Amino acid sequence: MTATTTLRNTPVLTRASDWANKHRKWVLAAPAIIFVLALMVLPLAYTMVLSFTDAQGSIQRAFDFVWLDNYVSILTDTTRFWPAVWRTLIFTVVAVSLEMTLGMAVALLMRKPFMGRRAVRVAMLLPLVATPVAVAMMWLLIFEPTIGFANQVLGWFGIAPQGWISDPATALPTLMLVDVWQWTPMVILILLAGLVGLPEEQQEAARIDGASNWQRFWHVTLPMLKSTIIAALLLRSIDAMKTFDLLYVTKGTGGGSSHEVETLNIYAYALSFDYNEYGMASALVLIYFLLIVAVLVVLTMRRKGAQR
Amino acid sequence: MSSTSVITRETVEAVQAADGRRERRHRPGGSLESRQFSVFRAVFLAVFGLLCILPIAWMILASLKTNIDIYDPAKTFSFSPTLRNYSAVFEQENFLEFLVNSLIIGVGSTLLALVLGVPAAYSIQRFSMGKSSVLILLSRVIPHVTLLVPWYFIFASLGLVGGYSSLVISHMFISVPLIVWVMIGVFEGVPEELEEAARVDGLTHIGAFLRIILPLAVPGIATSAMLSFIFSWNNFVFALVLSGTDTRTLPVAVFNFIGYASIDWGALMAACVSITAPMMVIALLGQKYVVAGMTAGAVKG
Repeated sequence: MTATTTLRNTPVLTRASDWANKHRKWVLAAPAIIFVLALMVLPLAYTMVLSFTDAQGSIQRAFDFVWLDNYVSILTDTTRFWPAVWRTLIFTVVAVSLEMTLGMAVALLMRKPFMGRRAVRVAMLLPLVATPVAVAMMWLLIFEPTIGFANQVLGWFGIAPQGWISDPATALPTLMLVDVWQWTPMVILILLAGLVGLPEEQQEAARIDGASNWQRFWHVTLPMLKSTIIAALLLRSIDAMKTFDLLYVTKGTGGGSSHEVETLNIYAYALSFDYNEYGMASALVLIYFLLIVAVLVVLTMRRKGAQR
Repeated sequence: MSSTSVITRETVEAVQAADGRRERRHRPGGSLESRQFSVFRAVFLAVFGLLCILPIAWMILASLKTNIDIYDPAKTFSFSPTLRNYSAVFEQENFLEFLVNSLIIGVGSTLLALVLGVPAAYSIQRFSMGKSSVLILLSRVIPHVTLLVPWYFIFASLGLVGGYSSLVISHMFISVPLIVWVMIGVFEGVPEELEEAARVDGLTHIGAFLRIILPLAVPGIATSAMLSFIFSWNNFVFALVLSGTDTRTLPVAVFNFIGYASIDWGALMAACVSITAPMMVIALLGQKYVVAGMTAGAVKG
């Protein structure tokens, strides 16, 4: 209180604080908004300019405008670009479908109290907070063809050892499993929060009407949970499309120098920082960004529909 | 924005309250469910919980083995544990230096992001500035690789690449939006009347925010700070591009282990345990807050 009174006695500070109070809406919000804008919109504009040029090699090197050449050569590239697009989409669709299905099953089972519920909740948190680079390394050892635990377990059941991540044919599916391990808990937490928020009356009514567990899930729980489900789907799809750490760390072991497990994110990084093809890379990341925005828009439209 | 948000602070609190209620109400055998179903559920969830933990346990086991033991299938579970890998990592690999880097960048970016994010969240919530938060949503969607080339150019021309500042700034790009998301939910739970009462008592708007509202939001601030620190600690790609030899963070240091002709698995796993363990401790201690923050911050928008 006293501090405010002394402040108020100084004319300049009074005027300043009056101004700040009058415009407090913006005084409070502007720094954060300007910060995020500066780090996002300016670089995006810069990327757009670069995407029309032949910038490559050193930063200082002069570049010429080639306009749409980068876009044309990327969109007509069937050796690395289009396979990377399909790989990104397949990785996302398969991993996220598994996460949503398993996540829904676990969330439904965890809805009601039981012994050890807390223990399961704690166990679930561990994959979520584990450092992704360490997670990738950990699974590299587990899936190591000769000394890995995965092949040891297969051996107990008399199944022949697999190449897992080191075999280009199985690398992507194996990495999807790792993604499922790390991110299913996120889906569970979101769905669980949604489930607990649902009113119980409809459940009771359906139960009295003699609906089976399955019917209650399909006709009561699922429709009411639709917008939460789409929210989880949205979040996981966007993050899965952006998966970087796991794929980058394990990429050297995935079939050597071939690009068998290369997604758009990994390809964009390689173009930028391994080949220093800045113009080309800029065009690629903008196409990639548009792809993500397209997925976002489609899913958001469905979510808005669900809320009505 | 609240029209599009699915999970608000209230639902998160309802989850926690309901958890508490149900846990207290729960008595074995008192439910309507069949015994078979209970057994199925117990087994299913036990297997699920184990699957979450087992890989981590495996990593810890390997970190306590010599490389000879790691290569010997007979020594999968029976081996004489050694801390040699840990001493190797900390003594020969400058791990302590990287740990200090990660701490500086994590704490620095979290504190600065709180200074920017908390007032912004308050303002966005009180004055329903839904449009400005669209920006923040966009920052959640944009692939980081899209920003890395221009950031690298800009930071390089300012002479910041390789210093702490470029890393702190890049990590703040993740934590500011995160803190804003979580704090909007927190401020929704603080009644507006409190601020009016403070105004009546002669405080300025900003004085009321600082003295009345902010202290009430401390638990929420702790939640968002914890999440911000976890995300900074775990981040890999920014430091991969923007750090120098002196400012390398732990994930980049761990990544550099790989790529030798033969991997020193024991030391690598010791390094992985060392960087993951602090996050697990935070998650165990702040369990409720991590869950609340992850669901609130993640689902909004």
